[in-house]
Amino acid sequence: MANIVQFENVGLRYGTGPETLSDVSFTLEAGAFYFLTGTSGAGKTSLLRLLYLAQRPSRGIIRLFGEDAVTLPRRRLPGFRRRIGVVFQDFRLVSHLSAYDNIALPLRIAGVPEPDIDTPVREMLAWVGLSDRIEARPPTLSGGEQQRVAIARAVIGRPEILVADEPTGNVDPDMAERLLHLFDSLNRLGTTLVVATHDLHLISRISGAKMMRLDKGRLNDPTGALRFPPRRDET
Amino acid sequence: MKLGILTRPADRRVLDDDRHTRAMRWIMAVMLLLTVLAAALGLGMRGAAQSLDRQLAGRLTVQIVEADARVRETHAAAALARLRAMGEVASAKAVDRAALAELLRPWLGADGVDPDLPMPALIDVDLADASPAAIRRVDAAITRITPAAHVDRHQRWMSPVSRFMDTLVWLAVGLVVLMAGATAAVVILAARAGLEAHRETIEVLHMMGSTDIQVARLFQRRIALDTLAGGIVGTVVAAAIIALVGWRIAALGSDLLGGVALGAGDWIVLVALPFAFALLALGAARVAVLVALGKRL
Repeated sequence: MANIVQFENVGLRYGTGPETLSDVSFTLEAGAFYFLTGTSGAGKTSLLRLLYLAQRPSRGIIRLFGEDAVTLPRRRLPGFRRRIGVVFQDFRLVSHLSAYDNIALPLRIAGVPEPDIDTPVREMLAWVGLSDRIEARPPTLSGGEQQRVAIARAVIGRPEILVADEPTGNVDPDMAERLLHLFDSLNRLGTTLVVATHDLHLISRISGAKMMRLDKGRLNDPTGALRFPPRRDET
Repeated sequence: MKLGILTRPADRRVLDDDRHTRAMRWIMAVMLLLTVLAAALGLGMRGAAQSLDRQLAGRLTVQIVEADARVRETHAAAALARLRAMGEVASAKAVDRAALAELLRPWLGADGVDPDLPMPALIDVDLADASPAAIRRVDAAITRITPAAHVDRHQRWMSPVSRFMDTLVWLAVGLVVLMAGATAAVVILAARAGLEAHRETIEVLHMMGSTDIQVARLFQRRIALDTLAGGIVGTVVAAAIIALVGWRIAALGSDLLGGVALGAGDWIVLVALPFAFALLALGAARVAVLVALGKRL
């Protein structure tokens, strides 16, 4: 499989502080399923922010879809971002919009005509089991429901990469299992998945998934080979 | 997401209604009220100045100052005949003694009508050609008849008034420009405040691939419509004030102030002001948002 993402000696520093990420190098294959794990503060969210182009690295090379993402002109960022779906740790749903409108946002941003939006949005709502909450606004949804809306929003544009930051962190084990199945089915459709999680039990549920482990801003397992049992400090 | 004000209803919902930004409508109402009043002053003064120019530019009074009544009347008749023969003159009419006495009555009282009192002969002239060259030719023709003749241009008497009116017109133009600048500044502040208030939503939009122009459209549409709504309210109130002042001026019956009345074209300019300001707000909001977003990733 072709590499869809390539990081080479990437470093990230916020302001004049110490490096949050140091010498991070890895590649992601198109269509593969990756878990990114590590303790709190290891730099998982920072790495994901680099991946979905919310941040530029302080040093190193990032190649995304075959192009240099570090020197990518700002005007070209939207085109790249539309190829990446993001499930934020805190969902980041637009609170005054209904579940329907939140899920429809990426299509509207991409300029899809309004008559062509309804069917995919309703299908996506059904896929995440929220057909009966179509008009509900995020504050009236449970954590799990918000998470599913966030996932539906992230995948409706058929992104080439889906990045999810602790997607099961706010849901009960049953919902976590269900969300994982959603990710798995999406991966089977060809989307490359990168899921940051603490939950090593979850990782074991996806056969063929690869794991990358961050430790104090350094990637300890850049080969991405699934490796068990987990280290004691991660359990 | 589409261009300009004609966005889809779904796009308009992306930014929630913010009560603080709605305050801008009232600010714009006040701005447009003052702007329309200033513009009305300028347009009214311009109209009055033009009316005064039209009335005075082609009018002269020929004055023949001669103590000997017979000589004065002979010169006056010759001057009148000469003036009527000139192509530059549309009409010339001698002011009779009774009219002169009436003019002097406030100063001379009933004695002004004394037939022995020497008074200059006056001829009112309406010019067909009010150019300086034509006036010079008339002056030369009259002084050839008698050096005691003096030609007065009515325009010269009123030039201080005319200059004052011109000053008021320029003052009004300055006020309108100043208000436009202040409106743009308010819009820029409102756009920046809006960006800050909706920072999280905008960040999400960006992460989903929204362009800066798409985000700017959301703000520029809202700000332009707020400006238009407030502007229309301000303009309606200003129009009522202008109509009231116009009615009071008409009641005075003054020829000079009567010229201050607004014409149909002036009203069209005033009605166009809120739309022009809405366009200005749209442009200012767009620039402000694009500049601010350009500093983010």
